[in-house]
Amino acid sequence: MNSNRSVQIAYAIGLVLLLIAPSLIYPVLIMKVLCFALFACAFNLLLGYTGLLSFGHAVFLGSAAYITGHALKVWELPTLLGILVGTAGAAGLGWVIGSLAIRRQGIYFAMVTLALSQMVYFFFLQASFTGGEDGLQGVPRGTLFGLDLADDTNLYYLVVAIFVGAFWLIQRTIHSPFGQILKAIRENEPRAISLGYDVAKYKLLAFVLSAGLAGLAGATKTVVFKFATLTDAHWHTSGEVVLMTLLGGMGTVFGPVVGATVIVSLQNELADKVGSLVTVIMGVIFVVCVLAFRRGIVGESIALYKRMIGEKTR
Amino acid sequence: MKRKLLALTLSALLLPAAGSALAQAKGKISGDVVKIGVLTDMSGVYSDLGGQGSVVAAQMAIDDFKAKYKPTFKIELVSADHQNKADVGSNKIREWYDTQGVDMVTDVLNSAVALAVAKVTTEKNKIMLNAGAASTRITNEDCAPNNVVHYVYDTYALANGPGKAVTKLGKDTWFLLTADYAFGHSLEKDTTNAVIANGGKVVGNVRHPLNASDFSSFLLQAQASKAKVVGLANAGGDTINSIKAANEFGLTKNQTLVGLLTTVVDIHALGLQTTQGMMFTEGFYWNLNPETREWSRRFFAKHKKMPNMLPAGAYSAVTHYLKAVQATGTDDTATVMKKMKDTPINDFFAKNGKIRDDGRMVHDMLLVEVKKPSESKEPWDYYNIKQVIPGDQAFQPMAASRCPAVLAAKKK
Repeated sequence: MNSNRSVQIAYAIGLVLLLIAPSLIYPVLIMKVLCFALFACAFNLLLGYTGLLSFGHAVFLGSAAYITGHALKVWELPTLLGILVGTAGAAGLGWVIGSLAIRRQGIYFAMVTLALSQMVYFFFLQASFTGGEDGLQGVPRGTLFGLDLADDTNLYYLVVAIFVGAFWLIQRTIHSPFGQILKAIRENEPRAISLGYDVAKYKLLAFVLSAGLAGLAGATKTVVFKFATLTDAHWHTSGEVVLMTLLGGMGTVFGPVVGATVIVSLQNELADKVGSLVTVIMGVIFVVCVLAFRRGIVGESIALYKRMIGEKTR
Repeated sequence: MKRKLLALTLSALLLPAAGSALAQAKGKISGDVVKIGVLTDMSGVYSDLGGQGSVVAAQMAIDDFKAKYKPTFKIELVSADHQNKADVGSNKIREWYDTQGVDMVTDVLNSAVALAVAKVTTEKNKIMLNAGAASTRITNEDCAPNNVVHYVYDTYALANGPGKAVTKLGKDTWFLLTADYAFGHSLEKDTTNAVIANGGKVVGNVRHPLNASDFSSFLLQAQASKAKVVGLANAGGDTINSIKAANEFGLTKNQTLVGLLTTVVDIHALGLQTTQGMMFTEGFYWNLNPETREWSRRFFAKHKKMPNMLPAGAYSAVTHYLKAVQATGTDDTATVMKKMKDTPINDFFAKNGKIRDDGRMVHDMLLVEVKKPSESKEPWDYYNIKQVIPGDQAFQPMAASRCPAVLAAKKK
């Protein structure tokens, strides 16, 4: 009960910080962080809680980004509907890729997702509606309930609402009976099968859910930046989300958020401070993370906290 | 206690608004500082083209300007590596405009990043002098002539120059090797048009995927076509790999290789042995005349590489901008843009350069042929100038413009 209370307090503090943050930090940067945090959380649902390493997750981010961009710019849909269309598109693509990929395990699963996502990437490179390597540019942000979303502050609160909603959904999923079964699959798949669970169905559902949430992140990102480019669907981005999740702490609720925050703000802040060394620094961080603290920032903090409490009671 | 907290939060919310109001109230030059940003790729595939070189060139432009004109305002330079990510570039440029008071941005390599940055620049009503990106969309479909100038080159000029000039030299049958994405397609289209318009013929073409590793089958097709010219409508690593492979297949003995996006830096990387006899268009050559040599040697002393057209263009753009600020005494976007468009550009980079209504800066381009190793007298002495292509022929004519602002003006 006590720990439950402190978790609630932690959530409340986090929410308050989010609400007042735009007066302290540049809002567009926070929106970007939130989009990537959501992306990493979606990825973590699959890697951390189901034990499936998808190496093509950027394709869901990218396809939703393009679909939303096209829906808002060409079909001129309202903003929220555009985001929903993008999310649904990514979930649909997730169903197709997922139902093919879950037939294999481990490294083969990762390779199948990578291969399929590269196929989609090259489709985006060629398709005329994406603008190829020039990107889909000039997507209007539109309005919501009469509020002009071109204003950064208005948009910021929409993004916060989307993020909080999606985060809550992930949280609920993890702690639901469905989430328990996912964890069981992660721990011991044959045992889950022997208990009578249709493992393939659960895996597919987790995959589609994760793809849809990654798509939501991509769709929101398009609205924030007003464009969608190939970077979103590139395998580099798939790698980046692995890095974010591992750095923050795989299989922890807050890990991906912390990881995404660190990576995105480093990319942004280092861009004009160290110039060409950005990529080197990222690489070093990854190596240090893998060698020295494998549970990630949040994972190690929790372990440390538990050790301290353990020592006190002893 | 609660009230105090509320008041604190409220004042924190209001603070940024108060800050920007203060900045606007001050003098004619916002914040008494003219701030110039160089946004470029410093670590990725394009970093050799612009990158750190453009930063060095912009700093030189500022130092030279200070020494020569003794401006009363301060000039500052900021630079960033956008890592070829449009979101990083767009985020950085917003931050620069909103919180750091940047007035003008230059270089902006990579078309996707440049188009994104151009949108933000227009929205915030600042100035972008693009020296790095190639897409003609910047002055056509996505043009913003009140804020964005395309300063150095574009795919039309790169394709049209050799397409016209090489065909006129009697090398009138072409085979095109095209990178299979938008950039390659537009190069292919513009080259084909130029070749046909000048009485030549494109006897065949083949498209290769982005970042292809094996060019042998494509080059065998090119060889079998017996075309006099093999045009490479690709860029970066693809160009380098296809040139190397062409050399290994002995294609260069009977056919002329024309690179459509090649600069002196690529030639330096590949060596004269591999590239001799190649032809292409570049906007600048360091060893053209005493003026270019003087500047380029100074650049070399700082950067240890001779400049290609990008850093040279960035220097020219920054200088042209600062002169306009000096002359008008303000950094107001509309005033400075008008001054820049009214004043012809005359420096080592451009002679009688002019910024058109669609934002295109028109200047002479050079058709060059790579020297044989025996002809090269010193390091970096790589080109024979075959022809100077006058600006009005090098770039897309205004009549063909697809820029909405230009089309609207025409209707009136």
